Amino acid sequence: MLERAPTPGFRELDEITTKTDTRDILSHATKQAESYEDYFLVDIDAHVTETQFWPEIIGRVDNEVIRQMGEAQFMRPGQGTTALLNAVPGMTYQPLHGRIPHQAGLLEPVEGKGCHHFTELARRSMDSMGIDYQIVFPTPMLLLGMHPQEDIEVALSKAYNRWATECILPEDPRLKGLAYLPFNTPEACCDEVKRYADDPNIIGFTVTSTRNRPIHHNRYMRLYSMIEESGKPLAWHSGFNWGDPSFAQLNRFISMHSLSFVHYSLIHMTNWIINGLPERFPKIKLLWVESGCAWIPFLMQRLDHEYMMRSCEAPALKRLPSEYMRDMYYTTQPLERSNLKILQCTLEAFKAETQLLFASDWPHWDFDPPSSITTLPFLSDVAKRNILGLNAARLFNLEVKHMKPRAKDVLAARPGLS
Amino acid sequence: MREINVGPASAFADPGRKLIESEGLEVGIFKLGGEFFAYENVCPHIGGPACQGKIIAKVEEDVAEDRTSQGFVFSKTKINVVCPWHGFEFDIRTGRHHGNPRYRLKPIKVRVEDGQVIVSLPDEKKPQNTTVQPTPDGNASRPVF
Repeated sequence: MLERAPTPGFRELDEITTKTDTRDILSHATKQAESYEDYFLVDIDAHVTETQFWPEIIGRVDNEVIRQMGEAQFMRPGQGTTALLNAVPGMTYQPLHGRIPHQAGLLEPVEGKGCHHFTELARRSMDSMGIDYQIVFPTPMLLLGMHPQEDIEVALSKAYNRWATECILPEDPRLKGLAYLPFNTPEACCDEVKRYADDPNIIGFTVTSTRNRPIHHNRYMRLYSMIEESGKPLAWHSGFNWGDPSFAQLNRFISMHSLSFVHYSLIHMTNWIINGLPERFPKIKLLWVESGCAWIPFLMQRLDHEYMMRSCEAPALKRLPSEYMRDMYYTTQPLERSNLKILQCTLEAFKAETQLLFASDWPHWDFDPPSSITTLPFLSDVAKRNILGLNAARLFNLEVKHMKPRAKDVLAARPGLS
Repeated sequence: MREINVGPASAFADPGRKLIESEGLEVGIFKLGGEFFAYENVCPHIGGPACQGKIIAKVEEDVAEDRTSQGFVFSKTKINVVCPWHGFEFDIRTGRHHGNPRYRLKPIKVRVEDGQVIVSLPDEKKPQNTTVQPTPDGNASRPVF
């Protein structure tokens, strides 16, 4: 006889929305993390939505006039979170038109935690995915390289670096940052390198790749010398730009987004190699962030092929372009996993076992959990451990120390089961 | 199999759903066009909580007889549930991805009896495996049950 009342013994789950707790959104990743709990895990690329805390950053702009320009925009309803920024078409399409809530906003309650709102959000994501260290990048500021006003890029970069080092990074030893360099003004970049070269929470420097500046220009040589001398890596973080004339031909976000990140990485890497910068800066450590991996063997083959015929146009090179590329470092996300045989060849092409670093890109819409690596059947356990954390520890000089809570404790604390 | 009564059919919106967790197993039970469908709450892409996402009509491209595009339209018949992790969309009636049907949510038996919605779950009480093992061609990956 069927019971008329619902059977006891089940609990209800809610739809995931922008107000869902990060630990509930990522609870399946936490279950996955139980299988790699003993791994040391570093997430090289996670993001803060800095516009959520934009008044804190605008308030740290050192130029009083630019600061006033930014603060004045807060008086206009709906304008404050984009004050001084150069929004490009498509920025608001990333949440897939309401389908991916965590990209739209992490609006969960975090009161009473005794730390900055973002620090608590970051802890929840790290705990949920079994991450020991997480390196944090901004989000809308990734496009500042296309800002028509160089002084605005300088002002916001410096303010962001101050905000990160004053408000966020000191609160949790698991959180680390890279100083954001306003690359369109090389002198200001040098100032930031000098300022943060010895800061223990700033473990490297980053240039956002979405820009049209030739990175081999002589005006950048002093900057590269200073970064090389600091011993800290330089990360080229790519992004998209629908405003680029080439991409204006693409009528859908999916098309532009598929090509745009790789486009900027291809251009900057080509300029770096062909102009012989690896020979001029043999000790600088370069990391290429957020273009996936498929572009790497493509470019290796293209440049090697043309170099053999036109070596007179790249006279500073003493080796094949691909050999220089194999000395550099790369991040995983968004990892192309649609054909494992191709992926295996891709990873072998650039010695992923020693050169590849895991990146989640959380909380963006195309994030990868650590299981994107742990489930690859052709990787050895050593390779997985290297990619998921040990390569990052070597590159960024991080102490190999388990900092994360146990997955079962994270699951027990998850608030979403009623 | 163990059977669970999740409540009266009349309590479901149409389209609508109820999401339950029992003995570590998460299941989405959907009502669409008066019919019920149920799936494990594990996305075959990379293990996300697929049944907990947005319910929305499939987007289609309106192509005229002269092959010109007339733009986007919502399907009048096909309703999807969207995995909130990455946007993979699954037809609620089939559990399959429209563009690559080898990506499929794992179905769970569901029926209506005396007005009550009953799901049949495996007897084995072990935590749901959310780790998805990719297949060599990257397609049709499935959770390891």
